[in-house]
Amino acid sequence: MIRFVFVAAALVLAALPARAIDIKEVTSPGGITAWLVEEHSIPFTALEIRFKGGASLDRDGKRGAINLMTGLLDEGAGDLDATGFAAAREALAASYGFDVRDDSFSVSAQFLTGNREEAVALLKLALNEPRFDQSSIDRVRSQIVSIIGSDAKDPNEIASDTAARLHWGDHPYGSNSNGTIESVTALTRDDVVNAYKDVLARDRLYVGAVGDITAEELGAILDDLLGGLPEVGAPMPEQAEYLQTGGITVVPFNTPQSVALFGHEGIERHDPDFFPAFVMNQIMGAGGFGSRLMQEVREKRGLTYGIGSYLVPKDYGYLYLGQFASSNDRIAEAIDVVKGEWARLAEEGVTEEELADAQRYLTGAYPLRFDGNAQIAGILAGMQMDDLPIDYADTRNDRVNAVTVDDIKRVAERLLRPQDLHFVVVGQPEGLESTN
Amino acid sequence: MLSRFLTTFAMLLALPAAAAENITTFTLDNGLEAVVIEDHRAPVVVHMLWYKVGAADEPPGASGVAHFLEHLMFKGTDKLEAGEFSDVVQANGGTDNAFTSQDYTGYFQRVAADRLGLMMEMEANRMRNLRLTETDIVTERDVILEERAQRTDSDPGALFGEQRSAAQFMSHPYGIPIIGWRHEMEQLDMEDVMSFYREFYAPNAAVLVVAGDVDPAEVQALAEQHYGPLEPTPGLEARERPQEPPQLVERRLVFEDERASQPYVVRTYLAPERDSGDQETAAALALLADVLGGSSATSVMGQALELENPKAVYTSAFYRGLNYDDTTFGLVIVPTPDVSLQEAEDAMDAVVAQFIEDGVDAEQLERIKAQIHASEVYAQDDVGGLARRYGTALTSGLTVEDVKAWPDILQAVTEEDIIAAAKMIFDRDKAVTGWFRKPVETVEVTQ
Repeated sequence: MIRFVFVAAALVLAALPARAIDIKEVTSPGGITAWLVEEHSIPFTALEIRFKGGASLDRDGKRGAINLMTGLLDEGAGDLDATGFAAAREALAASYGFDVRDDSFSVSAQFLTGNREEAVALLKLALNEPRFDQSSIDRVRSQIVSIIGSDAKDPNEIASDTAARLHWGDHPYGSNSNGTIESVTALTRDDVVNAYKDVLARDRLYVGAVGDITAEELGAILDDLLGGLPEVGAPMPEQAEYLQTGGITVVPFNTPQSVALFGHEGIERHDPDFFPAFVMNQIMGAGGFGSRLMQEVREKRGLTYGIGSYLVPKDYGYLYLGQFASSNDRIAEAIDVVKGEWARLAEEGVTEEELADAQRYLTGAYPLRFDGNAQIAGILAGMQMDDLPIDYADTRNDRVNAVTVDDIKRVAERLLRPQDLHFVVVGQPEGLESTN
Repeated sequence: MLSRFLTTFAMLLALPAAAAENITTFTLDNGLEAVVIEDHRAPVVVHMLWYKVGAADEPPGASGVAHFLEHLMFKGTDKLEAGEFSDVVQANGGTDNAFTSQDYTGYFQRVAADRLGLMMEMEANRMRNLRLTETDIVTERDVILEERAQRTDSDPGALFGEQRSAAQFMSHPYGIPIIGWRHEMEQLDMEDVMSFYREFYAPNAAVLVVAGDVDPAEVQALAEQHYGPLEPTPGLEARERPQEPPQLVERRLVFEDERASQPYVVRTYLAPERDSGDQETAAALALLADVLGGSSATSVMGQALELENPKAVYTSAFYRGLNYDDTTFGLVIVPTPDVSLQEAEDAMDAVVAQFIEDGVDAEQLERIKAQIHASEVYAQDDVGGLARRYGTALTSGLTVEDVKAWPDILQAVTEEDIIAAAKMIFDRDKAVTGWFRKPVETVEVTQ
């Protein structure tokens, strides 16, 4: 045992070399900016295009319109119907993923060098001339309605929707971006077209590209793909106000195991104390088996299969959340343990040893994220959306290492508020009732 | 396009391997097989140790012990305290985890390439020197029972899958869930765990896969140093599990659960898996699954059942070729609200029958083959995926040569081969058909 510890300590001194990634900023002739990493050893390119705003731009009464629009972008464009578009994409062996989240809409594309021109032309068609055929709208809508129905019977989804409503009320963050069966059923083709115009605009655009492509080639592609999109989209959402106070909300559901989603307000991505909070959470509940929550709830007591906590800094509201599942007769005990750990860290902070372990892990693991062209393209787009500098990857570990035990004590006192912790519990928990 | 259902059903076509020149193999004197996959783009390595033992190798009555042991492997050894393995990996900036299937159990770490020796040292140590306490057994048994509650008992679709597998395999242990039956899991004890461990966790039942920024000669030297001294289990032979009796009649299930929202039909047929040196039938079945139900927009089932005359919100065909023993070929249809399960099942059968009559669309097959070809390029970007592919194959009775040959075998499949495979596989007397829905009373109340 002691031998292994020695080996580990000695090795840590040798700094982990990050993948030598050389990020270039590319500005197209038409004025569109992208971050690029050239990687010519495999003949394909990964392209990540993101638009800020995402599903939170749904218009009043039209919840689910942007999600529906997202599902329709590969359902036909220009003179190609849904089948024609899919067949063309398959023949090129390209992939185009369209996804939407609370704060962003994303296009994740991969295409071979050998037929790049045709693959980009097809993607251009999807982004600039989507057909939104009524038959496709009806079909995709029925898939979404089916998913909404299934989610209504899924304890994790019930917990997440309940918590969102309690946290954010009428703000878009307070409801599921899929919409409700009623709202989705009522959507028309005009609503889908409006959603498209609201979201895909050049005033909110961020691009990352990685692979077998030069800056010049990328510049031409950017103008071709995105130059024709409207200049301006819908106004961004309002700041969200956190509404929930401490306590417990039980949602009765017939299942042998209860799901708990807990948390309170979090911290902004650009807060000066974000890094101390991030490192603190690593120790609290993000550090896998080594985290305090995993140790106390799973390893020592066997009360759950897994528990984690995470900071959720959205663009217009911030949460600090955690989640686990325990049998109905044991979840009350698990909740007490979580509250105890929340209070303990708030009062005592962390030890020098815990901090050092967390820093070693976070700094060592960071380079491992740069794993594959698509992952790196996503990181490049994400860094730009977070308004981070182009050399961020080089300085990020220094910021982690700069965090001290005193920093964490300060941020723990401010951020961890055991009395404000609110638990949404879905199941038939024994000995638990909703407060207020 | 909506991928939600895919997570439940789709077994995407097994992707072929990357360029073969980056693959090196060696075998230690104690029987440990090793595969090294080079990728020098980043100074990172994936270290995986796969055991040729899974849930299907458990003794009768001890279901779940393979997976239980996987959890307990993170407890103490003669040199490591409980939890220390993962702590050391984390302290070195790495991630680690493990997985159990019917046919194999695997452990892996992803770390900076210069930490490979340390990973091997610890992994070799826990292959033969696990030291468990009664507290470990009791506490971790609660954890796996919670895992079963979370993954299976809380998910009616998962319970339905368990029942369908049990119906499919009357004699073969594939009919028993990997996590175990709850009443047997509750009884698992130290002796169950340790006897399984002592027999199967041995170098002559293990496959080492190292992928990343490494030199094969150095990997071999490190493997000799750390794994070389381990004693093999004497007399360990190729696994022989009870095989299925001939199936003479279709088996049908109706699974009802209050928590079921979206009804659907799943049909599975007993099917041959990829056999070493004989993968042609499996290749035809893999392409049959793609042609029939690979893509909603262009597949035979998607075209007929989702687009032209919509009776379904989702359809799929799936085939899992990487299996040690016989596997299944499956069809799924999720009907639209106005279509009953019987109508959906009939429509699905009609489409399959028509397909066998009409034959394969040549352009569709060409597009599928183009994608298979391209997937060799994309696969090179995911060295961890390549490592998993070799680990799975080598613990499922295949060789490195079989993995390398697979892309060409897929490309050689003809339209006639696919139709022949369809005629062979679609025999209702060898099928299990399951309906999944809310209890009928509830259905009547809500409609």
